[in-house]
Amino acid sequence: MLEIVDLEVKYGAIAALQGISLSVKPGQIVTMIGANGAGKSTLLRAVSGLVGITSGKILFDNANITNLPAHRIVGRGISHAPEGRMIFANLTVKENLEMGAYLRDDKDGIASDLERVFSLFPRLKERIHQSGGTLSGGEQQMLAVGRALMARPRMLLLDEPSLGIGPILVKAIFSTIVEINRELGMTILIVEQNAHQALKIAHYGYVVETGKIILQGPCVEIARNELVRKAYLSES
Amino acid sequence: MKIHKSVIFLASAIVLSFLATLVEHRLNPYYFQIIIYIGINIVLASSLNLINGFAGQFSLGHAGFMAVGAYTSAVLTTGLFSSVNPLLNIPLFALALLCGGIVAAAFGLLVGIPSLRLKGDYLAITTLGFGEIIRVVVQNLDFLGGARGFTGIPKLSNFFWVFLTAAAVIFTISNLINSTYGKAFTAVRDDEIAAESIGISSTRVKVTAFVTGAFFAGVAGALYAHFVTYINPAQFSFLKSFEIVVMVIIGGMGSILGVIFSAVLLTILPEVLRTMAQYRMVIYSLLLIIIMITRPQGLFARRRFGKHKAILKI
Repeated sequence: MLEIVDLEVKYGAIAALQGISLSVKPGQIVTMIGANGAGKSTLLRAVSGLVGITSGKILFDNANITNLPAHRIVGRGISHAPEGRMIFANLTVKENLEMGAYLRDDKDGIASDLERVFSLFPRLKERIHQSGGTLSGGEQQMLAVGRALMARPRMLLLDEPSLGIGPILVKAIFSTIVEINRELGMTILIVEQNAHQALKIAHYGYVVETGKIILQGPCVEIARNELVRKAYLSES
Repeated sequence: MKIHKSVIFLASAIVLSFLATLVEHRLNPYYFQIIIYIGINIVLASSLNLINGFAGQFSLGHAGFMAVGAYTSAVLTTGLFSSVNPLLNIPLFALALLCGGIVAAAFGLLVGIPSLRLKGDYLAITTLGFGEIIRVVVQNLDFLGGARGFTGIPKLSNFFWVFLTAAAVIFTISNLINSTYGKAFTAVRDDEIAAESIGISSTRVKVTAFVTGAFFAGVAGALYAHFVTYINPAQFSFLKSFEIVVMVIIGGMGSILGVIFSAVLLTILPEVLRTMAQYRMVIYSLLLIIIMITRPQGLFARRRFGKHKAILKI
């Protein structure tokens, strides 16, 4: 479904991604784990058009989407919930979600998707008329994921959904991600520092270090890997 | 329902401003002038509010767009239109106002496309520079009177045109910001990357706000030119831009009512303070400082979340 070939991204002279190739099959949850600054977020941003690509190719459903502007890529069916819970602080929860459906004009579909997001995240329904800025970190994260779903994408990109929120909420969000994948058949590419959780829910995984993929395979295998266990799962 | 209410607003504004025009000649000319300035300042401040307040793009070039509108309309009414039958004065004036706005909007597009890639301080400086370029260019164009100014503009502005325009600005902005497209303005202001990631073209949103704001600034300039009947480049210096920015900030960025209120207040205040003679501007500035210390979010605004730490709508 998503095919990335030899992707390179540079910020000025610094190479954030140095020739990354990966693929995501329909219906899969694929995760990319790695430390801070490994290039995980950059990869998602490159896919959704938020950063420019130095070289390489990105194919989505066999169509070349390399260097399309971000708002056009959303139209193709890729929805990105960016890192740091970039919600709209001055719009209400409902307005935030409705803005997620900015490119759609099927009123009934939007209304039913809104209900679906509320059933996935009942907490958001309780806060429906509150400004996004008044939500807690975890709630903002739910809102960011919910907003991305409102575009009715065929593929969801999640950037560090566990960042800065408490362990109980992390579990809840991850189980919702699984639910989204199973019930909606959504293809998901998720990047995480919380390797433990990510490897638990994903089907296939990639490990990145300083802009390069150093390991890949089914998640059960990755979780067994000596190096991964030492470096990312803090087991000895 | 919403549309309905705003149509009533627009219709009553037309009727009221027309009625006001019938009695305006009885008014003390000094008061007449102040009320006209209030109307023009409402147009200027509200249109800048669209750019600075709603779309969050700090522009300091509003006087430049005003100048473009003023000179464009003045050239039309004194040149092309002057030989036409005087009976057609009114529709031709309306046309001149419109042309002033359109040419200003075209300049807005021209400036906006390259400069709206910049943010915050950088955008402010770029727009400031643009405003000054306009002024200097006009100063050196002989057919516009250069530094001597442009004289002999017919006095066609009255309550009707001024307040009709003011109503049109308010109508446009309040309808726009309640629409999905208008919420995209707030989205871009709150978080540009997030806005892009849900399919909003942030460049398009910003340019739209900029061009719309420039259009109304142009019309305001045209109204001004046809009220004072004499314009020169110095009237459109960056000081004028600052004056409009102050109105927006004092009223509350992103607050429609607040900005109208502060446009009225800041037009009347210097006049009231005339009795203070040489202390006038000192007191004026002091009042501004006090307002900013006690109401940093502006007079009418609620607290706004996020990076800008200012306000939301009323």
